[in-house]
Amino acid sequence: MNRKNAIRRTMLGAGLACCASALMAGELVVSNWDGYMAPDAIDSFNATSGHAAELVLHGTNEEIMGKLIASKGKGYDVVFVSSPFAEVLHNLGLAEDLDHAKIPNISNLYAQATELEHDPGNAFSVPYAWGTTGLCYRSDLVSDTPDSWMDLLTPSEDLSGKTTMLATDRWLLAAGQLAKGYSVNETDPDKLAEVRDLLIDAKGTLLAYDDTTFYAKLVSGEAELVHAWDGWCNYGIAENADIKYVIPEEGSDLWVDTMVILKSSENKDAAYEFVNFILDPANHGWAAENILYKVPNETAMSGLSEDFIAQFPNMGIGPDELLGYEQLRDVGEAQRDYSRTVSEIKAAN
Amino acid sequence: MRTQANPRLMLMILSAVFAFLYIPISVLVGLSFNEGGLPTAWTGFSTKWYGELARNSDVMGAAFNTLIVALVSTVLATILGTLLAIGVEIRRRKGRFIETIIFAPMIIPDIVLAIALLSFFSLLDVTLGLHTVILSHVVFNLAFVCSVVRARLKTFDWSVVEASADLGASTPVTLWRIVLPVMLPAIIAGALLAFTLSVDEFIIAFFTAGAGRDSITLPMQIFAMIRFGVTPEINALATIVMAVSVIALALSQRLNRGGLPGQ
Amino acid sequence: MTDRKPLYLMSPALAWLTAFMVVPCLLILALAFFRRGIYGGIEYTFTLENIALVFDPLYAGVFLKSAGIAGLSALIAVIVGYASAYAIAAAPARRQPVLLFFAVLPFWSNYLVRTYAWIVLLNREGLIASMAHWLGYDGELPKLLYTESAVVVGLVYNYLPFVILACYAPLSRLNPEIAEASRDLGGSGWTTFRRVTLPMTFPGVATGFVFVFVLSIGNFVTPALLGGGQFQMIGNLVYAQFLTANDWPFGAALSMFLIAIMMGLLTLQTFATERASGTRPEAT
Repeated sequence: MNRKNAIRRTMLGAGLACCASALMAGELVVSNWDGYMAPDAIDSFNATSGHAAELVLHGTNEEIMGKLIASKGKGYDVVFVSSPFAEVLHNLGLAEDLDHAKIPNISNLYAQATELEHDPGNAFSVPYAWGTTGLCYRSDLVSDTPDSWMDLLTPSEDLSGKTTMLATDRWLLAAGQLAKGYSVNETDPDKLAEVRDLLIDAKGTLLAYDDTTFYAKLVSGEAELVHAWDGWCNYGIAENADIKYVIPEEGSDLWVDTMVILKSSENKDAAYEFVNFILDPANHGWAAENILYKVPNETAMSGLSEDFIAQFPNMGIGPDELLGYEQLRDVGEAQRDYSRTVSEIKAAN
Repeated sequence: MRTQANPRLMLMILSAVFAFLYIPISVLVGLSFNEGGLPTAWTGFSTKWYGELARNSDVMGAAFNTLIVALVSTVLATILGTLLAIGVEIRRRKGRFIETIIFAPMIIPDIVLAIALLSFFSLLDVTLGLHTVILSHVVFNLAFVCSVVRARLKTFDWSVVEASADLGASTPVTLWRIVLPVMLPAIIAGALLAFTLSVDEFIIAFFTAGAGRDSITLPMQIFAMIRFGVTPEINALATIVMAVSVIALALSQRLNRGGLPGQ
Repeated sequence: MTDRKPLYLMSPALAWLTAFMVVPCLLILALAFFRRGIYGGIEYTFTLENIALVFDPLYAGVFLKSAGIAGLSALIAVIVGYASAYAIAAAPARRQPVLLFFAVLPFWSNYLVRTYAWIVLLNREGLIASMAHWLGYDGELPKLLYTESAVVVGLVYNYLPFVILACYAPLSRLNPEIAEASRDLGGSGWTTFRRVTLPMTFPGVATGFVFVFVLSIGNFVTPALLGGGQFQMIGNLVYAQFLTANDWPFGAALSMFLIAIMMGLLTLQTFATERASGTRPEAT
């Protein structure tokens, strides 16, 4: 064997190894938050569909958005993001216009879930989970049952230093906007300034800003009243039945986490199949029962037991009540004012 | 210097510093044996998280990827960074431009480098994967290696090099036989620093990695899992990483002692 | 040696940095001169408004605040790190690699895992509080977690090994005979240290300080976790522009401002090092 041949063989081998790894890399990439769907969902999708999907994780909306925008979405097929971010993906031309004929299971959704403000008719996003933002508290430790955003923002003496607020910009501002009776998408600079002043005052009584481990703080008693998404409050309730959730009297926002198929996807049919698979009542219902988040799937939700809803009362909030709350929307040009306002709050002493 | 240091004082300093370094580490190791999932309460001794970890192929795969990224980028950065350091320190003229370029990777905010690299790669249609993470990690790693090696070279007596050259030695021979041995501790320190930075780096890795599972590193995996706080499983993994490192060190010490004369 | 040979040594690294840092970053930083589009894209109209916005007192305040926290962390880390490196370099030669190894070992675990270990230690229901109660202390402990001090402790902790490594490099090869000569000439231990050891190892000290300072000022995880998100550091600000606000032009402008200031500080540091060490032979 001469040298040339050897080199050729090595190159061939390397080439084959390359192709093999490209094949194994999976034809469908789904990015979701950790623990936000059944651990075996991908495997059972692959088994029934014959596709090779794989799940990757993102910690926050912001991270995955940065990556999608900088890479024009390349490499990803289906992403799970909250509705304002789905809207941005659509506005930047990165989201696929959905062909409902390829998602027959979309008929399982509540009628209300097809007329969401951010995307009426589900043109580019399919809702996966939805709910409210409110107060999660230790009923055995707080002296008065909270019922207003002001209970969080101007807490009583004994609660001072024992409250936390969500750190994510839009939800942080929403607490102040709701307390003031403004829209959660308010862009008037004077009203934003009022919200800012209210939130700066609230900061003085806060233990911390926290949007991941607030429920653990409630369980340990380090915090007694926290600003929380209802589904996440349920993690606390599962650990300690004295933890309760309440929507303040001023109202809440309606948050919606959605599935978006990317325009850049090279496996759109498989991507549609995956979205359709998730909307299957058995799969979507698993999420409600195990992740403790409400899903907008009528068939799936009707399968929940009464005991389950008694244990986690906020799972019983119906679609009509949810639609009564305003959704966070992409605020366009005003985003700069929003972000500056948050910087002012976080930089304040 | 050895003659000058007060041994008791040195021992006190080392004990205090190592206590500071290892108190959080012992908490972390302890939590990996905590039966309950929350770090807030001790509910009993259990090794179940190690079992969970062994079954979690995602985490194990990510740990393996991290090792590859850290090793390859450390080797590349150590070579490039050391050559750079020698080149810069040998020069009579200090170039402001070169100094700026060398410092820049340490100063540019991670997120800027991350987004810049991803936009650049996607502009050139480069396929993303572990190799793009390695390319990117070398950028900041080489700057750190270069700084550490330069700190040593600043007090290096270059007349030795002159003498060697006068005696007819070529530049590579001089570098290899004279400069390298003197710099070795600094190079090792630089390489350790690069490895440590790379093992822990999240944001640049997240942006420059490919979309699929095959280029997920451990920090990417752990940052995503933080949604539920740090689970004992992650503590178990950190414990194993450290335990394996200690065993590797012990083995290499033993091998060295047996194999090399004068050790 | 002539000035041309070094170029061969430097060129691989410089080429790497040019390809994977200078060019990509210039492309992004240039966005500072364009407008943010309504949906967060880029509108290619030239403008200086992003640059002007940087000089808003709000951002200057954030910069000063983070520089203060980073500076304090760097100072503490340098003092502790130098002492440790000195003690390691004073140990028997055979032990030195082992000691260095154990100094960096904790940092191969994971940044988040270590930071959470500090939370477990410092929180109000945490280990330190439990320990204090167990020892019979009944009063209310001062708030340890979610404070500026907690952020400084976290930064010092995470970057200490870098200082140890940076200081160990020059200390390790410090010729014992020089110190001895100084003592023979009647210098006290302290004088020897101040006049001989410290100047000769100052480049390591300066390098270590710079490491901690630049890594701290750009950090955005520790302020969020140990500071409870209640301090806006420059790292958080830049991160927020790029990811939360999706405002790349302003993010680029802020980054340019940050890079310019740091370059200025580093130039000062280079001067200080060259002067303090003063050992660099003039003619090579």
